[in-house]
Amino acid sequence: MSIVRKPPSRLADSLAQIGACGIFLFRILGAVPLSLRYLRETVRQVYFVGAMSLVIIMTCGLFVGMVLGLQLYHTLSIFGGTAALGTVVALSLYRELGPVVTALLFAGRAGTSITAEIGLMRATDQLDAMEMMAVDPLAYVVAPRFLAGIIAMPLLACVFNALGILGAHLVGVVWLGLDNGTFWSNMTSSVDVWSDVMTGVWKSLAFGAVCTLIATFQGYTTPPTSEGVAYATTRTVVFSSIATLAIDFVMTAFLM
Amino acid sequence: MSASANPRVSHDDVTVRDPLIRIRGLRTALNGKTIFEGVDLDIPRGRITAIMGPSGTGKTTLMRHITGQLAPDAGEIVVDGANVARIGRDALFGLREKIGYLFQNSALLTDYSVFENVAFPLRQHLKLPEELLRNIVLTKLQAVGLRGAANLMPSELSGGMMRRVALARAIVRDPMLIIYDEPFVGLDPIALNQILKLIRTLNQTLGITSILVAHELAAVRRIADSIYLLAGGKIAAHGAPDELARGETPWTRQFFSGEADGPVPFHYPAPDYAVQLGLAGAAP
Repeated sequence: MSIVRKPPSRLADSLAQIGACGIFLFRILGAVPLSLRYLRETVRQVYFVGAMSLVIIMTCGLFVGMVLGLQLYHTLSIFGGTAALGTVVALSLYRELGPVVTALLFAGRAGTSITAEIGLMRATDQLDAMEMMAVDPLAYVVAPRFLAGIIAMPLLACVFNALGILGAHLVGVVWLGLDNGTFWSNMTSSVDVWSDVMTGVWKSLAFGAVCTLIATFQGYTTPPTSEGVAYATTRTVVFSSIATLAIDFVMTAFLM
Repeated sequence: MSASANPRVSHDDVTVRDPLIRIRGLRTALNGKTIFEGVDLDIPRGRITAIMGPSGTGKTTLMRHITGQLAPDAGEIVVDGANVARIGRDALFGLREKIGYLFQNSALLTDYSVFENVAFPLRQHLKLPEELLRNIVLTKLQAVGLRGAANLMPSELSGGMMRRVALARAIVRDPMLIIYDEPFVGLDPIALNQILKLIRTLNQTLGITSILVAHELAAVRRIADSIYLLAGGKIAAHGAPDELARGETPWTRQFFSGEADGPVPFHYPAPDYAVQLGLAGAAP
């Protein structure tokens, strides 16, 4: 008997995972109406994945805005166009950086936490115990987290954008001496709510759904071992990041 | 109390003719390994039936079949008139509402306090006034000796205490069937004695059918009405505890006297020991 197993096909494995994830999405959507019974649980999850992520989102938003302000100010000054700093920063944040960086940070902070929590519930039979108490874990555990991710992501992206603009203002206006009125008036006259701000909101909603789907799927299907949970959390970050950037490209192409 | 002392043990009793659980021709293989090879088994209503057997013989898997957590490859599992492998999810959940299950590792919800863990099934399925709910939960916690621990979190409990909380949760809705999967592990002699009394009281006063998966023969003999000995994918023996403890078959003799030699191999299948150590063919 050979002790060397035939290595599984990575492509077949990946396709099977994607298919299983798609089926899992339909199961979550099927459980959403029942999960409305657990509204308190959904609110609790919005607090955990949303409010508890605020510190990292605000800090990163501020620094991203400051870096953007500094880089763009120097680039624009070559062409004598520093007056457009507010506009360029706002458009970059609203349309791209806000939703994308928020999703990447969300995957690292809230996504891993969701995966580890559900994975440990699987490993310690808590999900089986719920099933045995005639409580559907998809409705009680998974769907509230899924909804919380979709609700929290656009709100977090808005906070990220606000702090990013504040950071750019600190660098451009307070530090480098750009006129305050020019900064704000150019921004407000160039940014359109529907074509710019809402583009970011649609993206955030999509990223929220995808990142939370990946996080819950990885947690729910993880092997019930410490190693399994560790791999699942890693996969959550990797797959969420790749999915976010790929979906961003597709949505940008359609929403341009 | 042995089975012979229990006046309700009578094999022509109506509860035996109309068992709560009837299993016929159960066949299961997991990861290529045969677990059950034609198991037939009846769990009578209102009795305490123990399932015993060597580790890894599928006792917990059998419980997972009974509760519909795992579908068999073949065979029929009828619980209270419903074939659990064939009924829909709603019907299965309806059936599970009538079953209390004590998990091997307690499976307490780690985010909730002891009180909330026990209250969980009540909150999910019944809209009880808070005061009534509180009284029910405290009554069950009192029964397992942990009323004073109601506000503790599971992480603050010992293994034995967690098991007792899980037991309180399993009995909180006074189910028709309670499945105890290794209920005596980690219990000190005082707690063990009290839990044995509780299981017997629940069975005698409320007529709750109980399935006891355990290895502790002394404890099982005190409360069980009958024992199924599971080995080699089949029912190796079945009867009253005292009858089986006499060890009249090779299976019961080996299992109840704890001998390494017998029909149940102590060693997991492995290549020849001497060959593996590189000693085969070596000069003496």
